[in-house]
Amino acid sequence: MDAGFFRAWIAEIAAVVEAQRDHLTQLDSAIGDADHGINLARGFGAVQGALADADTPTPASVLLLTGSTLISKVGGASGPLYGTAFRRASKALGDTPEVDLPALAAALEAALAGVQKLGAAREGEKTMVDALAPAATAFSKAVAEGASSGDALSALTDAADAGAQATISMQALKGRASYLGPRSVGHEDPGAASTALILHALRDVATAQAG
Amino acid sequence: MKKLINSPDTLVTDALAGMAAAHPSLAVDLENRIITRSGGPSEGKVGLVSGGGSGHEPLHGGFVGYGMLDAACAGEVFTSPVPDQMLAATKAVNGGAGVLHLVKNYTGDVLNFQMAAELAEDEDIEVVSVVINDDVAVQDSLYTAGRRGTGATVFVEKIAGALAERGAALAEVAAVAAEVNERSRSFGVALTSCTVPAAGKPTFELAEQEIELGIGIHGEPGRTRAPLTTAHEITATALDAIGADMPLTGDLLVMVNGMGGTPLIELYGIYNEVSRYLSGRDARITSNLVGNYITSLEMQGFSVTVCRLTDTLTDLWDAPVDTPGLRWGR
Repeated sequence: MDAGFFRAWIAEIAAVVEAQRDHLTQLDSAIGDADHGINLARGFGAVQGALADADTPTPASVLLLTGSTLISKVGGASGPLYGTAFRRASKALGDTPEVDLPALAAALEAALAGVQKLGAAREGEKTMVDALAPAATAFSKAVAEGASSGDALSALTDAADAGAQATISMQALKGRASYLGPRSVGHEDPGAASTALILHALRDVATAQAG
Repeated sequence: MKKLINSPDTLVTDALAGMAAAHPSLAVDLENRIITRSGGPSEGKVGLVSGGGSGHEPLHGGFVGYGMLDAACAGEVFTSPVPDQMLAATKAVNGGAGVLHLVKNYTGDVLNFQMAAELAEDEDIEVVSVVINDDVAVQDSLYTAGRRGTGATVFVEKIAGALAERGAALAEVAAVAAEVNERSRSFGVALTSCTVPAAGKPTFELAEQEIELGIGIHGEPGRTRAPLTTAHEITATALDAIGADMPLTGDLLVMVNGMGGTPLIELYGIYNEVSRYLSGRDARITSNLVGNYITSLEMQGFSVTVCRLTDTLTDLWDAPVDTPGLRWGR
């Protein structure tokens, strides 16, 4: 997976987030403040613009610019959290021109650690961590067991989907949804939903390039 | 929902440009979306920076001026500004005595201000942050993101701003900001939802005869929904909640704040109820504000904020202030 692959991933995220803009905002209006889809669409739109204008020769440079742009453009909680995720993933990749599966697994683990540290969130609190943590774990496990790229990425998205779905029955303990207390139960967390979309975009781009 | 806008995408900058046109005492950086006092930083004075999502006007930009804030950062509607804006504001107001960040306790605001403070320290600007969390509607802060910053923000910005104007050091200004926050409590009530322009639909739904008790300033819900009742009973519910958390005694500063869509006649009706509620107690309202100071777009509803004053805080509250949103004594 080279820099072009990562640029294609970001482009796919921008397209998916734009297409799911209203859905994500709808999820956020149920338990938050009704801006998640709007903000992510604005943020990844800005990232697309930044990537078009800049020279990003390595996978890490793509992810660094993505993270920095999200922090600069999105605001809210999702800007710093997603921005930190991409920046930490970038740092984990170093300056390698070609990312293999173990390196991608390490980058996802680093992204998760960054999000958890900044947001002080653990699994089970109805946040993006509930999608990202099981996804990173499942991917690392599949890679360690020698799974193919396709199988490992399926494990990634399956775990992310299950994690996002599992937030429906959780009570929010972090973020604005936490103010709802028990009333937050019964709604999917928008951050977990967008995390699953972002990871699906990764798999879809890999599948398209393999095919 | 009808809105008087050109487009949701340009609303924030259109409003900022309008602030600049209406108030020559303010300088507006449209690119960074920050409002500062025109004339630049005051040498040796602690700079006060606040900010948050737009849609709460006059907070924060309307409180930039003599005796209050030095700069305000405007985010998208109901969305925290970004660290770049906060850093630009911090640099713009740094007169060499350090900069105080006044942050309402919302996850996004806290995270972005935290990143901005780190960036400012990299540039050798001393920054202290005070987080405002006065909303008693959030009861179990162990299981939530903590109490929200609401009406006390106006008191903190005014009183800390007055002390900074007198030339106090950063630590002292931060201490008085924290003291005002600790001595203040708020409770909000919504009669209707509000519509974020870019979303185009109400953030939540309330039935015709239903109200939300303990509403936040972005339409986030509070403790419970209840049937609409009289101003007398609703005010008692709000003040009972505050009184359960802080003794309502002594000299009090009281703000009855409109959420944006409530007429003044109703707010004065509420103030009458607050005054009657407190009159039977060992308490005296020595200062008050009635009006729209920290709003949620066009939401109907109100919040009440009470601060237990000390002589020092009274003196700082009464000190001259000259901003678009608060003006007296000068």
